[in-house]
Amino acid sequence: FSSPSSSRTRIKVDAERKKTFVLKMPMELTQSRIQKIWLPNDNRPALPRRSCGPQLTNSPTVIVMVGLPARGKTYISKKLTRYLNWIGVPTKVFNVGEYRREAVKHYSSYDFFRPDNEEAMKVRRQCALAALRDVKLYLTEEAGQIAVFDATNTTRERRGMILNFAKENGFKVFFIESVCNDPTVVATNVMEVKLSSPDYRDCNSTDAMEDFMKRINCYQASYQPLDPDDYDRELSLIKVIDVGRRFLVNRVQDHIQSRIVYYLMNIHVQPRTIYLCRHGESEFNLKGKIGGDSGLSNRGKKFAVALNKFVEEQNLKDLKVWTSQLKRTIQTAEALQLPYEQWKALNEIDAGVCEEMTYEDIREQHPEEFALRDQDKYYYRYPSGESYQDLVQRLEPVIMELERQENVLVICHQAVMRCLLAYFLDKSADEMPYLKCPLHTVLKLTPVAYGCRVESISLNIEAVNTHRERPEEAKKGPNPLMRRNSVTPLASPEPTKKPRINSFEEHVAVSSALPGCVPQEVPTQMPGQ
Amino acid sequence: SPARELTQNPLQKTWEPYDNGLPAGHSAQRGVCMTNCPTLIVMVGLPARGKTYISKKLTRYLNWIGVPTKEFNVGQYRRDLVKKYKSFEFFLPDNEEGLKIRKQCALAALNDVRQYLSEENGHVAVFDATNTTRERRETIYKFGEENGYKTFFVESVCVDPEVIAANIVQVKLGSPDYVNCSNDEATEDFMKRIECYKNSYETLDETLDKDLSYIKIMDVGRSYLVNRVMDHIQSRIVYYLMNIHVTPRSIYLCRHGESELNLKGRIGGDPGLSVRGKEFAKSLAQFINEQNIKDLKVWTSQMKRTIQTAEALGVPYEQWKVLNEIDAGVCEEMTYEEIQENYPLEFALRDQDKYRYRYPKGESYEDLVQRLEPVIMELERQENVLVICHQAVMRCLLAYFLDKPAEQLPYLKCPLHTVLKLTPVAYG
Repeated sequence: FSSPSSSRTRIKVDAERKKTFVLKMPMELTQSRIQKIWLPNDNRPALPRRSCGPQLTNSPTVIVMVGLPARGKTYISKKLTRYLNWIGVPTKVFNVGEYRREAVKHYSSYDFFRPDNEEAMKVRRQCALAALRDVKLYLTEEAGQIAVFDATNTTRERRGMILNFAKENGFKVFFIESVCNDPTVVATNVMEVKLSSPDYRDCNSTDAMEDFMKRINCYQASYQPLDPDDYDRELSLIKVIDVGRRFLVNRVQDHIQSRIVYYLMNIHVQPRTIYLCRHGESEFNLKGKIGGDSGLSNRGKKFAVALNKFVEEQNLKDLKVWTSQLKRTIQTAEALQLPYEQWKALNEIDAGVCEEMTYEDIREQHPEEFALRDQDKYYYRYPSGESYQDLVQRLEPVIMELERQENVLVICHQAVMRCLLAYFLDKSADEMPYLKCPLHTVLKLTPVAYGCRVESISLNIEAVNTHRERPEEAKKGPNPLMRRNSVTPLASPEPTKKPRINSFEEHVAVSSALPGCVPQEVPTQMPGQ
Repeated sequence: SPARELTQNPLQKTWEPYDNGLPAGHSAQRGVCMTNCPTLIVMVGLPARGKTYISKKLTRYLNWIGVPTKEFNVGQYRRDLVKKYKSFEFFLPDNEEGLKIRKQCALAALNDVRQYLSEENGHVAVFDATNTTRERRETIYKFGEENGYKTFFVESVCVDPEVIAANIVQVKLGSPDYVNCSNDEATEDFMKRIECYKNSYETLDETLDKDLSYIKIMDVGRSYLVNRVMDHIQSRIVYYLMNIHVTPRSIYLCRHGESELNLKGRIGGDPGLSVRGKEFAKSLAQFINEQNIKDLKVWTSQMKRTIQTAEALGVPYEQWKVLNEIDAGVCEEMTYEEIQENYPLEFALRDQDKYRYRYPKGESYEDLVQRLEPVIMELERQENVLVICHQAVMRCLLAYFLDKPAEQLPYLKCPLHTVLKLTPVAYG
């Protein structure tokens, strides 16, 4: 038996075209044990060609925020980062203001931002450079795919500097400018997120507001908005005008930029509430069986009635109700006597050959599968079924529509609810399969400042507990050999706070909340419906 | 009052409430129609700016994802009324007779729009005409308001003479209007026709039209201006328009090589290639090589048989789970004989409505279209792509490209070991 390569390949040289064409025998494939992905036997996971899912982009991208203070740049940065991480694109925000706060321990007043304050200008520039240094580290050495550079970036000079930086490093650049001249909006923003900023820790609201408005003024004179008709016609950018009333989009280069544009065009800032809950307890729940399409138990029906009462008490304007296409969620919705929409995409995770079994059955009949699932619950795909990773992909359109909507109640299932919750609460892939989503409990999510407030409301109807804790042996974190495959939500990493102002020449190791595995390449999968 | 009983629709396997034995309201399937009112899309732009190209493509896409859509081309109405086109003079702004006829045609088309949206269950109507004056657009907008339609404008702006010349060559020279003209005569006449519109052209304006919902497409998609997107369907339309391009390219569709289960007449499963299937893979490699395609992307499903096929090509490929074959649920790995024997009712139902029929614990073609939509969107973004997939999946993709309706989709011919090469040309 000769060496594998020679028995498998014949090389044919095409003299005319001067290129070698390798005729291979279709190679033997093996199915990976956890993710059930078919790979050629010469499995070299680092090879880009073996990507398991559509590639969203080849080069890393720097997203550059542009706009006066209090225009929602940080809001957009954080939200977009959360979304990109959830769909599996490693993304991180670099907020220059935070670098400044580290460098200049105490903020005294808007004087710091006056354009004639040379000392401060120096410090601010150093902070921007330090942040860019960290951007480079993240994108070239930490497997980051997208870095969001969150600062005003209001001058052409500054943007030119960033473009040069990106060019030197082979990064794509995409600008997101937020333009808003409505004084009400600006004032609301200042109240929501500025008054509570560390800068104004020792101020009362009135003083803080006054100071901040003067701060904005410092930028006005030198503000050069993006000009896609002329000066900036070669740049890739989106201009968000008046909180999403209008958009100007120029030269979208690739898939991920197209997705970013679509996301930005669908989000809004109207106050609203999202309610997540599971169907009432089902007959299968009572028997400890997973999956299937059973109806509600008696207690489940009671929950549906209680849910109806709860919804009425919430006294909401225009509540949309969504269910899956499985009987138990629909039965639950029926008790509400409101119109509801059935989404197949909200169906529970498909347990494949394990459908309708109890965990004991699975342990008995498929002991290896049982163990594998506990090893890596996020990536684990049931034989002929799905994984949490697959779920995220099919739930992406649900998330997109939730962003468009206002008040919505989603009646779904345990695994599905965990995925949705992970999106709203910025939980990582590692945490997602263990989020607590008990039966007969409603989670009420309200957007607030830069995140989401969550209230857990139990409707006090008894039900079985379907939650399985992470087993002890699996608590050490994700398998470092696991390929960061398609759709791997990372919790948006904590922003890097350490300043680099004192040592431009050295790199200080950056701590961040990335999980243990750092794959060489991060192919990501585009969500389906 | 007690909760209504649910019954499972035997064809689609969806649970529906029943009230005293009659299907009751209250629940909607999350189809793709996410709008309550019908939508009127109004094209805007000088001649040869791609309005009809966009209208037809958008209509094809919306129908494929399940939104009943129809285009109404006013030029077509004009050709039906004025049997023979003489020259550009018909379009001169001071040609009173011409203006009268053109207005008549526009109104006739709007009347048909009203019939389609209000009486024939249409959801979206695409009104394809120049609509270059504010006055004309106001008339249409009022018409929409009176009838309870949402109006969305799509304007195409382009000043690049090369693009315009290329458009004329692609679609105008072959128009019925110029059936007896030489190419040069036709081009000259058409350029004069464009001139007739220029003086009165009022582009959608940031201030004057600030309350309208619209997208302005500039220079064939280099940049876009989007104003006041009102609802989900408008958002999807914008996303689609921003992803399509006109760069020439080819899309290759084929199935995996013959599989072990194909040989046994069994459906579904995750088998490997048969000996002949492996031969096909090698032939496919040779075929691709001979096509000498620039930057070909290769996509497969996550099933063994498509991956094995791609492996033979010796080029990078991407695995998409959403390209997996239709899930036959309880019928997986059965032969059709076994299905007929064990599930005679299911077998009969499938033949009754193959598009909507969902296997028990499986999928329908309708489900497939939903999960394939991101593939279509990415295919629109890409250039040269080879998709190695499966029979039902390939039928869905083919139906999109060839504008085949749901009734025909499940019967499109997609034999093994055959490659379909699709190249965009003119309007199709």
